[in-house]
Amino acid sequence: MARKTSFQNAINEAMLQEMERDERVVVFGEDVVGGSGAPGVLDAWGGVLGVTKGIHARFPDRILDTPISEAAYVGAAAGAAASGLRPVAELMFVDFMGVCFDQILNQAAKFRYMFGGKAVTPMVLRTMFGAGIRAASQHSQALYPMFTHVPGIKVVVPSSAYDAKGLLIQSIRDDDPVIFFEHKALYTLEGDVPEEAYAIPFGEANVVRSGGDVTIVALGRMVGVAQEAAKVLAGEGIEAEIVDPRTTSPLDEETILESIEETGRLVVVDEAGPRCGFAADIAALAAEKAFGDLKAPIRTVTPPHTPVPFSPVLEDAYVPDAAKVAAAVREVTGAAAPAGVA
Amino acid sequence: MSTTTPPAVGGLTSQELLAGYRTMRVIREFEERLHREFATGEIPGFVHLYAGEEAIAAGVISHLNDDDYVASTHRGHGHALAKGCDVDGMMAEIYGRYDGICHGKGGSMHIADLSKGMLGANGIVGAGPPLVCGVGLTARIRKTAQVGVSFTGDGGSNQGMFLESLNLAAVWNLPVVFVVENNGYAEATSNEFHSSGLDVAKRADGFGIPGVVVDGHDFFAVHEAAGEAIGRARRGDGPTLLECKTNRYYGHFEGDQQTYRAPGEVEELRATRDCLDGFRAAVTEGGLIAAAELDAIDAEALAQIESSVARAKAAAVPDLSEVLTDVYVDY
Repeated sequence: MARKTSFQNAINEAMLQEMERDERVVVFGEDVVGGSGAPGVLDAWGGVLGVTKGIHARFPDRILDTPISEAAYVGAAAGAAASGLRPVAELMFVDFMGVCFDQILNQAAKFRYMFGGKAVTPMVLRTMFGAGIRAASQHSQALYPMFTHVPGIKVVVPSSAYDAKGLLIQSIRDDDPVIFFEHKALYTLEGDVPEEAYAIPFGEANVVRSGGDVTIVALGRMVGVAQEAAKVLAGEGIEAEIVDPRTTSPLDEETILESIEETGRLVVVDEAGPRCGFAADIAALAAEKAFGDLKAPIRTVTPPHTPVPFSPVLEDAYVPDAAKVAAAVREVTGAAAPAGVA
Repeated sequence: MSTTTPPAVGGLTSQELLAGYRTMRVIREFEERLHREFATGEIPGFVHLYAGEEAIAAGVISHLNDDDYVASTHRGHGHALAKGCDVDGMMAEIYGRYDGICHGKGGSMHIADLSKGMLGANGIVGAGPPLVCGVGLTARIRKTAQVGVSFTGDGGSNQGMFLESLNLAAVWNLPVVFVVENNGYAEATSNEFHSSGLDVAKRADGFGIPGVVVDGHDFFAVHEAAGEAIGRARRGDGPTLLECKTNRYYGHFEGDQQTYRAPGEVEELRATRDCLDGFRAAVTEGGLIAAAELDAIDAEALAQIESSVARAKAAAVPDLSEVLTDVYVDY
């Protein structure tokens, strides 16, 4: 039965249901319990933003706080996965990948290939990403393109509560290492989420909105931004189709290309940077495989090639918004901006 | 204790002694032969030889079962052989053949066989300790008696992830043993330069776990210390850091001219610090094992390596379609 719940609760519920279903599932990370060894209550935090709260009460032996030692515990996730567990480790902010990337890049991602197909590494690394909460340059980045670049791992970027639950369940059941990106500004987003467990297969894009005039490809929080833009554009007689790939690796090329074939126009909106990023990747895909369908040049809407700034006015200017997306769509459709819109 | 058990050195039966000697001899022959074969140009890539350090792999791993795990280093042939990886499969792997233990997709630096508990040689210095923390967690969660052992060099002991792992294993009370093979060099840099505080084992004090130093040329000393550390882990009493002082007979990699070493250094080590010579003297002088039995093992090891090289050279290379296989379980 579906009921309204938040993106954050959907993630929490996915972990609880999978821990119930499979005793090999363990959760660990910094403060995922919160309060270990301290004089006050346990499960004081349940994760820095409360996403793992309540797991300790149900499964006290299968959720562990860690020292602030990402290299050790992300590596431990790889070793635990290769030796029989299905760990769900939490990297609090993806910006911290700098201190533990070897464990993903050279260990978990490559075991299966290097070992001639003889290893299975079913680990999930959940991690927070994204700008918009004034967290500044070291806690706000959208680094999924860096992981998408690495063969051997799968990369998931949900945009709704429904997708968050179904994709996390798939991540935990999946036999390959998965990096699961949670946009911190989406945690309170409510949506219809079934109470029972369900898995959304990887590599299957979601057509969030149908329209015949332009294809907008967007991920994570940018899906909402694209929807906002599409509403404005509909008022101007432009119908946008929004395709949310949901996973950047594997990527559902087919749905994206089919949509471009229908619309003949492509705008990619992304919160990751413009250079060697997700938007550039989708633009290259369209240029290589759908050039003949295109009626206009491809446009990408991304932040500039800069760190994420702190000051609210700067951060708001940095992140793509609906106005920028609408402007890009008008450009590729040749529509004039309405009066009063630059 | 049974009175029919043959006399033992360091508590080892003659059967255990012969097994230990065989492991060391096979590793030595494997490495000496690779040294010669590499010089012919037939072996692709980077090869790091373990010759000189055999007593550590043999002494530690003799305490492990197939379902215990080892995470190794770039200098990993000895650990893989001691853990029971197939000799022919390893040799073919090093030659890049499809018959290799990883179908020729890993090579010398990534030899692994999960069915034998060999979690891989590793091209990243210091990467093994975090992995065996995961093995320890698996054992703890599943309530098995399994143990994880990582090998790290003196160079790797200066990686942050090594130190992080000592702490994590201690605070999670994991059944893990961290073995440091201190051969005195991090690549071409002496530990006189690269480490502040020459005994890596002393770092254990800071984490409240036992730190033990043993002579890594002495099979019996390694065996005894490793037995205590592994037993402690199995009993649920937590991790140990075991530092084995050793030497390598070859360079960091094959082709290393080793001009950073003192003239005559290796010759002196071979003459005075050879674990196989030391072992032979210890067991034959007491009349415990006849020299002829050891000679027979020497001959068998030589023949085994000879055969494995011939098979590897004759084996087929991978089909080009193998480039694309086994990236994922399912994609």
